[in-house]
Amino acid sequence: MEHLSELILVAVGAAVINNFVLHYFVGICPFIGVSRRVDMAFGMGCAVTFVITIAALLSWVFTFYILRPGAPLAVMVLGAGADLSILSYIVYIFVIASSVQLVEMYVRKFFPPLYKSFGVFLPLITTNCAILFACLEIMKYVAVGKGAEPWGLDTSLVLAIFGGIGFTIAIVIMAGIREELDHCDVPKSLRGAGITLIVAGILSLAFMGFGGVDRSLKDILHPPAPVAAAVDDDNGEIPTTMPAASPDSKPADLTLNTDRRAAR
Amino acid sequence: MASDGPTAGERFLRGLIPENPVYRQLLGMCPTLAVTGGMKTAMTMAGAVAFVLICANVLTSLIRNLLKPHLRILVFTLTIAAFVTIADRVLAYAMYDMSQELGPYIPLIIVNCVIICRCEVCASKQSVVVAASDAAGQSIGFAMALASIAAVREILGSGTFFGLRVMPEAWPNWGIMVMPPGAFLTLGLLLGLANWIGAVREKRSGAV
Repeated sequence: MEHLSELILVAVGAAVINNFVLHYFVGICPFIGVSRRVDMAFGMGCAVTFVITIAALLSWVFTFYILRPGAPLAVMVLGAGADLSILSYIVYIFVIASSVQLVEMYVRKFFPPLYKSFGVFLPLITTNCAILFACLEIMKYVAVGKGAEPWGLDTSLVLAIFGGIGFTIAIVIMAGIREELDHCDVPKSLRGAGITLIVAGILSLAFMGFGGVDRSLKDILHPPAPVAAAVDDDNGEIPTTMPAASPDSKPADLTLNTDRRAAR
Repeated sequence: MASDGPTAGERFLRGLIPENPVYRQLLGMCPTLAVTGGMKTAMTMAGAVAFVLICANVLTSLIRNLLKPHLRILVFTLTIAAFVTIADRVLAYAMYDMSQELGPYIPLIIVNCVIICRCEVCASKQSVVVAASDAAGQSIGFAMALASIAAVREILGSGTFFGLRVMPEAWPNWGIMVMPPGAFLTLGLLLGLANWIGAVREKRSGAV
């Protein structure tokens, strides 16, 4: 139950509260480039979700067993105290590029209709920041220092899948708005990317409305917050940046981060 | 092959305004939006991008005769990833707070389209000098674009410029400008402004 509620919080946090596009600005290029029609936007969203899941799976495996400080395989080969985290960026980009290639070949061979509908987007995805961003987020929670529990595979996959779904939601809404915009009289110099960015700003403003959802959700999932447990959760790292309470889950962390920015 | 196309100096100047990576080519949007909440973060980011762009361009230009066409994108990406790792570690050593604030956006330079685009378009075909000056022009253009957005956002959002107070004390900080929506709105409006200025200039030169 404890674990399940954490998964739910991670999922909601990744999909709507801290939407990849509208909060972290990753994946802006396809968001502007491929959001002209709803069906294309949906295809792109599905392709990204698909690739992001596979990349997250592979990067979790690499991070957990090889790259994080004190990872089992690295220790076995290089001796105690092995820390290969300096290689992580190169490994991630390699994993992403090769998984995109594999997915493309697999889909072309076994699902030709699917390939026809979103195959054109696949090569573009290699340079989509959303994928690398998901890998980096997972690394942040897997390659933790001593004393903190690294994220399991399930939590990482939930983050990746719901991050992809959040991307799909954002890009489909955007495409819907842009289809309507075609009938509007937009000032000439704003046409194209300009008006798209302004609409994205308004969308992002709307998505800020999800800001408190995770905390209320948390209250529903754990009604009486036991004080001792809250103290236990302090692992000495996150609380320094946060004014109050609940340092244990990612969504809370990120929302408070927003609050801090707002306060500044 | 190095002789065709514009010379090194022309390429340098072109990167500044006529082919500005952000306003003209719409490349590298993620860092443009994410780190422009303040001038300090924006300039650190611009410095990191400039370092990676110039190093990657020079190296790509040096190995351009060894590249196999179907593997070139992979080689570019891995080259960039190596330089980004260097930049990331140096930054974490020299400016720890700044590197914490920039967080994932430093590693995300790897997938910054500006760099891959310059490797593909220029560095893989031109000599080292041309590639280096092209990269320098593009990175200064990128820095100028970041600075313009960050200046607007920081002055309106926090009333400061590089952390120094410029607006009167009574200025009500437009909190929204330093938050994500402000980034989208500022970039959208500035892009419109840039297009409008471009159109007016064109009309004027056409009239003369």
